[in-house]
Amino acid sequence: MAAVPGHVTTPGRMGGPGQLVAPTFKTERLSVVYLTEQGPLRAVRGVSLSVAAGETMGVVGESGSGKTTLALGAIGYLPANGRVESGTSRLAGVDLAGRPRRELRHVWGSKVGLVSQNPQAALNPTLTIGRQMDEMGRRHLSLGRRAAREASLAMLERVAMPDPQAVASRYPHQLSGGMLQRCALAMALLTHPAVLILDEPTTGLDVTSQATILDLLDDLKAQFHTAILYITHNLGVVARVCDRIAVMYAGEISEEATAPDLFAQPLHPYTANLLRCVPRLGGQGTQERLATIPGSLPQMGDLPSGCVFAPRCPLAVEDCRAARPPLVEANAGRKTACLRWQILRSEEGRQTALQLDLRAAAPLTLSAVPRAPAGPPRVRDGSSSPPGTLVAMPQDLLTVEDAAKECPGPRPRSTVKAVDGTTLSVGAQQTFGLVGESGSGKTTLARIVAGLTRPTRGHVHLEGTPLGPSVSGRDPSVLRRLQMVFQSPETSLNPRQTAGQAVMRPLVLLAGLERREAGQRARELLEAVRLPASYFDRYPGELSGGEKQRVAIARAFAAGPDLVICDEPVSSLDVSVQGALMNLIGDLQDGAGTSYLFISHDLAAVQHLSHFIGVMYLGALMEMGDAARVLASPYHPYTEALLSAVPVPDPTSRDHRMRLRGSPPSSAETPSGCRFHPRCPRFQGDLCRDQAPPWRLSDGGVIARDAATPATADAAAAAAEHAICCHIPLHDLAALQEAGRR
Amino acid sequence: MKGKVEADHGRLVSPRRAAVYWRRLRLQPVALAGTFIFFLFLVIALLGPLIAPYDYAAQDATQRLQSPSLGHWMGTDNFGRDVFSRVLVGARDVFYLGGIGTLLAAVVGTSLGLLAGYVGRLWDEAIMRVLDVLLAFPALLLAMVLLATAGPSDLNLILVIAVLYIPMFARIARSMVLDLRTREFIEAARLRGEKRSYILFREMLPNALPPLLVEASIRFAYSIFLVASLGFLGLGVPPPNPDWGRQVNEARTFFDAAPWMLLFPAAAISLLVIGTSLMADGLRHVFGPPVARGSR
Amino acid sequence: MTGFILRRLGFVILTVLLSSVLVFGATHVLPGDVATMILGREASEQAKDSLRQELGLDRSLVVQYGSWLSDLARGDWGTSLSTGEDVRGVTLERLSNSAMLALVAFFMYVPLGIFLGVIAAWRRNSYIDQVISAGSLAFVGLPEFVTAVLLIAVFSRALHWFPSSSAIAPGTGFFSALPSLILPGLTVSLTSLAYVVRMTRAGTAEVLETDYVRTARLKGLSAGNVLFRHVLRNSLLPTVTVIAAGVGWLIGGLIVTESVFGYPGLGRLVLFAVQRRDLPLIQATTMVIVTIFALANLAADIMYALLNPRIRYR
Repeated sequence: MAAVPGHVTTPGRMGGPGQLVAPTFKTERLSVVYLTEQGPLRAVRGVSLSVAAGETMGVVGESGSGKTTLALGAIGYLPANGRVESGTSRLAGVDLAGRPRRELRHVWGSKVGLVSQNPQAALNPTLTIGRQMDEMGRRHLSLGRRAAREASLAMLERVAMPDPQAVASRYPHQLSGGMLQRCALAMALLTHPAVLILDEPTTGLDVTSQATILDLLDDLKAQFHTAILYITHNLGVVARVCDRIAVMYAGEISEEATAPDLFAQPLHPYTANLLRCVPRLGGQGTQERLATIPGSLPQMGDLPSGCVFAPRCPLAVEDCRAARPPLVEANAGRKTACLRWQILRSEEGRQTALQLDLRAAAPLTLSAVPRAPAGPPRVRDGSSSPPGTLVAMPQDLLTVEDAAKECPGPRPRSTVKAVDGTTLSVGAQQTFGLVGESGSGKTTLARIVAGLTRPTRGHVHLEGTPLGPSVSGRDPSVLRRLQMVFQSPETSLNPRQTAGQAVMRPLVLLAGLERREAGQRARELLEAVRLPASYFDRYPGELSGGEKQRVAIARAFAAGPDLVICDEPVSSLDVSVQGALMNLIGDLQDGAGTSYLFISHDLAAVQHLSHFIGVMYLGALMEMGDAARVLASPYHPYTEALLSAVPVPDPTSRDHRMRLRGSPPSSAETPSGCRFHPRCPRFQGDLCRDQAPPWRLSDGGVIARDAATPATADAAAAAAEHAICCHIPLHDLAALQEAGRR
Repeated sequence: MKGKVEADHGRLVSPRRAAVYWRRLRLQPVALAGTFIFFLFLVIALLGPLIAPYDYAAQDATQRLQSPSLGHWMGTDNFGRDVFSRVLVGARDVFYLGGIGTLLAAVVGTSLGLLAGYVGRLWDEAIMRVLDVLLAFPALLLAMVLLATAGPSDLNLILVIAVLYIPMFARIARSMVLDLRTREFIEAARLRGEKRSYILFREMLPNALPPLLVEASIRFAYSIFLVASLGFLGLGVPPPNPDWGRQVNEARTFFDAAPWMLLFPAAAISLLVIGTSLMADGLRHVFGPPVARGSR
Repeated sequence: MTGFILRRLGFVILTVLLSSVLVFGATHVLPGDVATMILGREASEQAKDSLRQELGLDRSLVVQYGSWLSDLARGDWGTSLSTGEDVRGVTLERLSNSAMLALVAFFMYVPLGIFLGVIAAWRRNSYIDQVISAGSLAFVGLPEFVTAVLLIAVFSRALHWFPSSSAIAPGTGFFSALPSLILPGLTVSLTSLAYVVRMTRAGTAEVLETDYVRTARLKGLSAGNVLFRHVLRNSLLPTVTVIAAGVGWLIGGLIVTESVFGYPGLGRLVLFAVQRRDLPLIQATTMVIVTIFALANLAADIMYALLNPRIRYR
């Protein structure tokens, strides 16, 4: 196979840059069309991509950008109504596109491997892991039953699976998501395929599991020398694993570059904005404006005639709308589909392309919404109460005292401690960010505050007044003050009610407005969340995810609440929409003076919006305090591990790796002593195993974990600043962490 | 503009949604045909006695066992009665008994299911256990046993159909409630202190309607089958009403001499059952995925 | 697993007990005086009274129920009011006849139904799928009495292949009865066949859409491997439950079919009992059928659990 002239690849961190390598896998002007009720939908149009052996090519795009269709079309696997309309897709010189399945069966599995998003769904629930893996050896390597099993076990060993024998005899439902994804990787790599397609392989996983998978990928890349096509929406992940990156938008590639180049200097306005849509860890927190990309992805059946991004692009000019700009070579090794990419080369030019939505920086007012007068913003000094403390301060807006929730566990007579004695408080006009992985109990805690889950013990107070354990026992005047924004935009609105009805209802019920008045106010609210007035009569089915979430926010704010609980409000939205939503959440706080209890698994989002942060693990807070201090050394070892697990959208950052031991815990068995000890990278021995750690305060003080009140006012003030629940003294932690960084 | 605010609140089917449903139905020719058959029979049921050329009970000894002709489109039976008129009028009983029975089952079953699902605990256990007992009987057997003791009459037939189908509607309504109860829009409603009745009937019921409607059409098809089988076994509507099932039974003896006596009512039963089943099948697809327009 | 089986068994017993309450209640509480029912409207009040006493109808309902249930459990099912025969003897004999017919029908429609359902799902939206789906819908709409009459007309009157009446003599063995079982078996099968086809098709089509089938295909497995190892293993699980639930249909079908063919089975006995309002016979036959139906569902539950590792290993 001859080298393709002119094609330059940079095998990233693995080989010398600029050498000529023949691509292993190459699509050329590939177009995929789906035949649907509405007519043909061209989901992928004229995409040319190439991946060399040992190289990782990232394809980044939002949902609906066609990235998965591209990958499946390229290997000849499309649903019945899809077909490759034109173009080729060559693997070692052989065109796979549009070939009959009978022939492709010898390619799939042996030369092409695929690992898809949800391992629990992608593995057969009725077959053991071993049998599913053995099929690969038997089918493609002509191995006998025993040899196939040996190959499977050896492969499980190579993906660092502890006890492969046991894992092979398990069924998928008996393993965690991270473990299953490792099995799926092992299965795909068993035949040493020339190309490995990874379709959002870590998207459903917790950050700490994701980090171990990404580490594993690094090792496997070096061992297998496979060409990898890595599909994801996560910019941090591509920066972490990919050598080159192609950005997809509406079925086309808008930009292609090496990873460092792309992040250092995007040459397409879509990329430039995308990179600024999500907050970065260590960014400027609440002061930072995030980029928003107005509008939404064009409908595949109704594409603009010119550049597909032009309708949403701040740089678009007449020429952009006239004809589709080709993907052209800008510099060596990088291509862009933007006519005006030259502008983006300078810093000022990039600024003009960014849509930072500055007009919203002026505080939004929800003028006539009746609400309790907000007190003056609290100042953090000794005289006023600290806005977030590990001990309840009755003068705070919201206090949660020793809340706990136990539910019956999976086995008879076992209990799950979803929340295990948590105390916190939220000050007026403040945001308390609660961060933790799945199973940490953060959502249960939010539901206890909201009254949707009845706690087994503990109390919730709103400005010193105790709240009933269940919404049904709470007074309407209380309900009005406390509202919630939920995670999933798909289920948070009733599909049979219009946006207007959804927003009007709390106005009628809680604010006691007349229907007519409520309708007027609802329109104002929709405007306040940046939705056109015409959306009043739209059903949720007619709105996009981000729009639905805006309606849900308007509904939560309708009756003028004092505290809004936000449970992962942006997590299920596309990257380009997240920024706008987070800006809106911040603006509403500035305008209406609302407090938030903001819950997320995303550390960057929590940092971006919160004044105070609490880190939860297995139902209990591990660390809490002022946002800046929680995210700076000394950290709790768990916080440290979380921070190091988050992939940073910057390929040049040399990450400091600290990984957790063992598999994710289940709250059915809370470990003895410090609940984090079985996974703690700073495990100190018997002390951690046997005794519950105390709270260590920033001034060197110590409070026992179960103390109701701090001994002194000074201790209370110090606790408000920063507190870590750990046996290791803070200065020792700081020293350990400093040493680990080197 | 203001007036529009009031419009549509609580309406189960908005015009826009109806248009989407109609478009989807039109794309399924088989389901469309089924729907057409169903409504054709419905019209016949409503107009039957008016458009029937003869009195369905009028006997004419001179016209016995006549084969189909212009005078008697479907021939005559052993008493010289016009088969066409009897088939036309028979449709009335099918819709009357099956329709009202199914409707009654839908209303009672749905209410019980909503109650069981939403109130939960003891109510749920009690209601569902009792309904499970009804499901422990093969439908036809239970109908026979109940009719044997209660005696065959229109009212009893309707009640028996209702009793037989209540558990199905209750199960569907209950599972819809259990599914919807954890949806976030229901939690949002609880958070603003909505009453239980509002949540059940305004928030949940509209979402549960499509599957219930599909179930109702399936049950209606089964009820036609059931009424016909009971009629055939001599346990259905008492004479002289022209019951399709009994007509088939009576025609068996004359099958060699006058097959039309059997074939036409048998065809009517099958056509209506198949048509209604096809319509139910189509409705499932019509209501299927959420209505989407102008967005992804 | 043992715990699971015991729990399900307890559930079966509870269901049968509750059903017995319903059967007893339906035959005693519903409007209609039993004595009048038996003796007819013209009977003297005195005769009715003595019958009531004889049947224990003057006692409280709870006591009556208790003694009825204990008699039933001890095997004393009473004597038929219309024929004077021992109810237990006649019921069990008819049951064995019905079992033969059900067996023939079962082996006709279950394998064929699964086969056609899988084919239709595998070749979804193809010509063959449309033929199978439309055909099965047509049979669902065809009542057994219509099918039976048409089958008799063709295979018995016209072709003389099988007898039109299946009135076999008591004690006839399976193989000598077989020719008489074909047409009624076919009649019962057609409706149930359609049901199995539709449910199997739906279940299989759903599994074909799953991620793990995509994984299996992208592993380059042959079509046969994908179908037998990955698809059927999962799609036939719900089919097991569907077939058990279909036993209710089967029994309903037997009642009609046996009466058309004059076959001396349990279904025809039920019809006879109902027509004559023969209370002990109605009660016994109904309880037997309910028990069989419950046991069929129990068997399906156990099979489902055995085949499904998610239940097996919990």
